[in-house]
Amino acid sequence: MPTMTMIEAIRDAHDVMMARDDNVVVFGEDVGYFGGVFRCTRGLQQKYGRNRCFDAPINESGIVGAAIGMAAYGLRPCVEIQFADYMYPAYDQLVSEAARLRHRSANDFAAPITVRMPTGGGIFGAQTHSQSPEALFTHVSGLKTVVPSNPYDAKGLLIAAIETDDPVIFLEPKRLYNGPFDGHHERPVVPWSKHPLSEVPEGYYSLPLGVASVRRPGTALTVLAYGTMVYVAEAAAAETGIDAEIIDLRTLLPLDVDTIVASVEKTRRCVIVHEATRTSGFGAELSATVQELCFYHLEAPIVRVTGWDTPYPHAQEWAYFPGPQRLGEAFRRVMEA
Amino acid sequence: MSNPPRLSLRVPEPEFRPGTKPDFSGVNIPRAGTVRRPPVDAAPEEIRDLAYSIIRVLNRDGEAVGPWAGELSDEALQAGLKTMMKVRAYDARMQMAQRQGKTSFYMQCTGEEAIACAFQMALEPGDMNFPTYRQQGLLVASGYPLVDMMCQIYSNSRDPLKGRQLPVMYSSKAHGFFSISGNLGTQYPQAVGWAMASAIKGDTRIAAGWIGDGSTAESDFHSALVFASTYKAPVVLNIVNNQWAISTFQGIARGGSGTFAARGHGFGIPSLRVDGNDYPAVYAVAKWAIERARRNLGPTLVEYVTYRAAAHSTSDDPSAYRPKEESEAWPLGDPIERLKIHLIGKKLWSEERHTQAVAEVEAEVIAAQKEAESYGTLHTGPKASGRDMFVDVFKEMPQHLRRQRQEAGY
Repeated sequence: MPTMTMIEAIRDAHDVMMARDDNVVVFGEDVGYFGGVFRCTRGLQQKYGRNRCFDAPINESGIVGAAIGMAAYGLRPCVEIQFADYMYPAYDQLVSEAARLRHRSANDFAAPITVRMPTGGGIFGAQTHSQSPEALFTHVSGLKTVVPSNPYDAKGLLIAAIETDDPVIFLEPKRLYNGPFDGHHERPVVPWSKHPLSEVPEGYYSLPLGVASVRRPGTALTVLAYGTMVYVAEAAAAETGIDAEIIDLRTLLPLDVDTIVASVEKTRRCVIVHEATRTSGFGAELSATVQELCFYHLEAPIVRVTGWDTPYPHAQEWAYFPGPQRLGEAFRRVMEA
Repeated sequence: MSNPPRLSLRVPEPEFRPGTKPDFSGVNIPRAGTVRRPPVDAAPEEIRDLAYSIIRVLNRDGEAVGPWAGELSDEALQAGLKTMMKVRAYDARMQMAQRQGKTSFYMQCTGEEAIACAFQMALEPGDMNFPTYRQQGLLVASGYPLVDMMCQIYSNSRDPLKGRQLPVMYSSKAHGFFSISGNLGTQYPQAVGWAMASAIKGDTRIAAGWIGDGSTAESDFHSALVFASTYKAPVVLNIVNNQWAISTFQGIARGGSGTFAARGHGFGIPSLRVDGNDYPAVYAVAKWAIERARRNLGPTLVEYVTYRAAAHSTSDDPSAYRPKEESEAWPLGDPIERLKIHLIGKKLWSEERHTQAVAEVEAEVIAAQKEAESYGTLHTGPKASGRDMFVDVFKEMPQHLRRQRQEAGY
């Protein structure tokens, strides 16, 4: 089976879907001839023509608004916002339009669009190239939100997203594009080819949205993670020797509550980790859910490890990024409680 | 119609891609000195032609000709040349510093130096620029210390922005340089608002907004024009058309016809197009537009026609999407070379003096770099403090941030 980077897997998912379905169109800033600044759409214009893969003007609101119009016509647009940090001009189109079109028209119209955007930090991108805005999407009724953490999942989930009849926000942790990253920035970059989840089947396959994956079974505590934090959690488990059960949520909405509850009922302890700011972050929703459904099983308070409630800094990147040390300390705290 | 033709989608493509030979001989560039100079209080509808031409002063022989010539003294022209040379030397050193791993990112303005450097000279103290990431020339021309600029690039212990911002996202109120956001187009309407405030308060200050050709596609560009037009704000709205928005050629933002300057016409804003590689022309047009704003005659839209000779940033490789020779083939030449030839023609400069000036500028930049590096670089030496990450989120630090700062160990 070929190994792929996350970039190649995402590109391949586009390729598979464009070949299978003439209604799939791909556009965004720099995605046409050049193939995107992260090269996730490389070669698609050359293969499928400018009618189906093209450069967009720098106007995120226009990109999403046009995608909604195309979707309402019957196409399946999969568009790229160059960085999640550039999404805000499109937010009105996502919140007031894409998310509500089916509901407000009583199912007369719908917006089956996929909006891809690189998310998260770890690349010295500072405040305009590092944000994790997932909670701004999960808070909106009518949007599905996906965050893959490896090439195999990225391809299967992106295919599923494009096939979904509702709008899907597809957040790609950019620090994972070229290799898994566990927060040890001082160590050499590990390429995807050394990771088993870089084995990506050729052709079509899809992974259902709303199904989490237990990445490391364990008995001591449950870690709820997604994206880059899955690898940080693996490093924290290895370094503390604490037998953590690591759940990669993969989809934040719909959330795989059953997998979460089964794990927490087993381990009776829960640590939640995300890179986004803490207050009103998705961790708050996870914490509330665990508290509501697992209260009588818990032996320790639920702990959140997150980015600080500050803009994402440049020089202080590693003081901001929730790395394995901070997460390991949280593990110990939860075990000692 | 019983049998309408099948529709098809039009997607603009640049004329030249890697592997093709760029040829700009078909591009219509008016001869220097041929575009008229209207009075500053001309009505917008009387000068619509200026949005479709290119105001130029320096001709092929380096002579300054026509109605827009003669605005700058000999000393000012020499100073302008040296400022542009300093910006170019600064860019080269910072580009190299990024390649050496001393910082994470850099953006050069190679080929576009005349625009920011000359525009700044037409402003008065108290005026405010709302720049993009490619107007470092505004800061250099305003006399902002190179060491401070470099400390920002290095995110070091003397970084005026305390390590928070991506390199090149400078900020200096004292030098009339509004904090750069990094998101595109967002500051165009803010420039209009700043200018409206000056009018509301009955002051004499004016604002200058800056945007690139690609970002004129953003909704904020149009928001700025409608506010500027409605309230006749004392603002100069600058569009730097350097032909490329990363890999996307300007036709994707502009569409098939017209010019970026002509976007102003629908809003009733006087709109001029100028040779952005022609220092005296940029200065003369800037002065004209600034005078309009200052005399309460309202906004002006100015398109600077130039070419992004370098990569978009240190993260970009333009050979993947445009011919390597395109920069050389670009018909408006190099702004430093053109001003140099003009000054030599006026016996105010010489090749020898130029060589000497290159060395002087280089020495100045190297000395500044040495000092800046003594305050640290991104990964070595003294650093911006982690403590500073929590400061200035709010004026007073709320309790939750105090707790988080403590948790973070600062």
